Amino acid sequence: MRALFIVFCKEFLENLRDRRTLVSALLFGPLFGPVLFGLMVSRMLNQTVVESDEPLRLTISGGEHAPGLTRFLQAQGVKLIVAKLTEQEARAAVRGGRAQVVLIIPDEYAPRFIAAMPAPVLLVADSADSQTRKVADRARLILGSYASGIAQLRLQARGVSPLLAVPVAVNELDVATPTGRAVVVLGFMTYFVLFAVLMGGLYLAIDSTAGERERGSLEALLSLPVARSSLVGGKILATCAYMCISLGLSLTAFVCVFRFVPLERLGMSANLGAGTALTFFAICLPFVPLGAALMTFVASFTRSYREAQTYLTAVLLVPTLPIAFASIYSLRTQSSLMLIPSLSQHLLMTSVLKDEPIAVLDVCVSAAASLTVALALMVLTARHWRRETMLG
Amino acid sequence: MIEASHLSKRFGSVEAVRDISFVARDGEITGILGANGAGKSTCLRMLYGVLTPDGGRASIDRIDMLGETSKARAHLGVLPHAAGLYGNLTARENIHYFGSLQGMAADRLRSRTAELARILGMESFMERRAKGFSQGQRIKVALARALVHDPGNIVLDEPTNGLDVMAIRNLRDMLLALKAQGRCVLFSSHVMQEVAALCDRVVIIGHGRVLADAAPQSIRERSGAATLEEAFLQVLGDTEGVS
Repeated sequence: MRALFIVFCKEFLENLRDRRTLVSALLFGPLFGPVLFGLMVSRMLNQTVVESDEPLRLTISGGEHAPGLTRFLQAQGVKLIVAKLTEQEARAAVRGGRAQVVLIIPDEYAPRFIAAMPAPVLLVADSADSQTRKVADRARLILGSYASGIAQLRLQARGVSPLLAVPVAVNELDVATPTGRAVVVLGFMTYFVLFAVLMGGLYLAIDSTAGERERGSLEALLSLPVARSSLVGGKILATCAYMCISLGLSLTAFVCVFRFVPLERLGMSANLGAGTALTFFAICLPFVPLGAALMTFVASFTRSYREAQTYLTAVLLVPTLPIAFASIYSLRTQSSLMLIPSLSQHLLMTSVLKDEPIAVLDVCVSAAASLTVALALMVLTARHWRRETMLG
Repeated sequence: MIEASHLSKRFGSVEAVRDISFVARDGEITGILGANGAGKSTCLRMLYGVLTPDGGRASIDRIDMLGETSKARAHLGVLPHAAGLYGNLTARENIHYFGSLQGMAADRLRSRTAELARILGMESFMERRAKGFSQGQRIKVALARALVHDPGNIVLDEPTNGLDVMAIRNLRDMLLALKAQGRCVLFSSHVMQEVAALCDRVVIIGHGRVLADAAPQSIRERSGAATLEEAFLQVLGDTEGVS
């Protein structure tokens, strides 16, 4: 136990003096997620808000054939850009990005309109472009409401109740709570939290294994009268400590970022205050020894810093796999899933974000499963360290 | 006293060491001499217990390395072939780390470190980080690290590799001082002059076997060669048919 503590202290101190470790554990790892996240969410917010506030700009050709429609569009606040375009020219203009959406009113519009026949208009848009698709949707909506308004007037003029033309009245009810809607956006935040955990221990795991070998200090260390399990234990414990610091920093950063991101403007409320952050910390804590043991285990097999870096970068992606599966199959929190580390933490954190109650049993199962895997990996690592091949 | 009896070790199909026996006595410097790949390092690694022999046994002060590994290791100081330091720790911290892992108490560790710093002439760089150390400074720290727990036996694997003349001379004085204190010093080398100048006893290893085990003087006399180097080549030639 004493040896384990000595190894822990030395690894902790040594890496505290290493700029590479500090940058990755205490800067890049914990801040990458929150910063990226804050930027993305604010950009999304700005876009949505700007789009609905901005007047719809519509290029119109042949508006003189439909004075009623033109007036209606203007009354709806549509900014009309009058141009004289053929269908070919309109197509080229939309494709070339010179116009977002073009409305062409052909000559036959007026006579057909007067004859109460379907009067054709041509809406030219690019549905592959998400920006102009939204503009086209809005244009379609306004055109539709003009058409149904005219239809009602015509029916009334003929003494028919316009209600006859509305056989079914569709009412929609959106059950997404503001928090629930936010979760869709916040869904992958949980991955960043787990990423911060692993990133925090990445360099320490490399330095205390492959680094020890590369420096040539390993053989002297192995010839000491110290149990190999104490050496491994101390190293994993030091990795855990850095992971905890990184996790704490990451959650603090998230709390700060969410204070500045105006989620309410999207009709969302993110349930992320200091209390939630502490709950997250508790949920992720059993994942820490698992991550530390996994990284130390993998790094123990590598011969150099470079090699270890290659393999451990792949390990960084391991927690994404269950989370990706969960979102593909849209899995919900259930007890059997609590047996899968990283997925269980993801589901629990998502539940907390959604303000759903979480079962104590689920939390316990999640912790127990993660800790069991962690213990198994530690035993495997210690066993590997007892092998002669460890000398390299 | 370090004792190897009938040690053997194979890696896959390669027999690195076959039936090596010798004794390194207290108050003597014993040199293991051999060409590259002769099995010197493998043999030493079995003696300090990081490799498990396939046959035979190694013991330190009559304590079996395999049976009572920790106890045997406590009697042994090791300077392995690769004796790297922790670059982000100071010389003192490097030495303290090993001393505390040897189970030394804090005040004993302090006084012993101060003593070694004085003997090895490390006082000027004790508080500096090991990152920028010269090869000579590095070997001193590594040696202090191996000696910090005041072991009765010291094993050094090619300690003079990469050292300049001054540093080699320092190391030689250091080994002689350890011998004068009655310790058992065992080191490997492939440099003849070094072995001839220092050793009370030479064990020549070739192809994983002991080819000669005697004082340098008597090895030379027995073969009738003028220098140890020629004697060495003759000893090797006997078994390998090298002309």
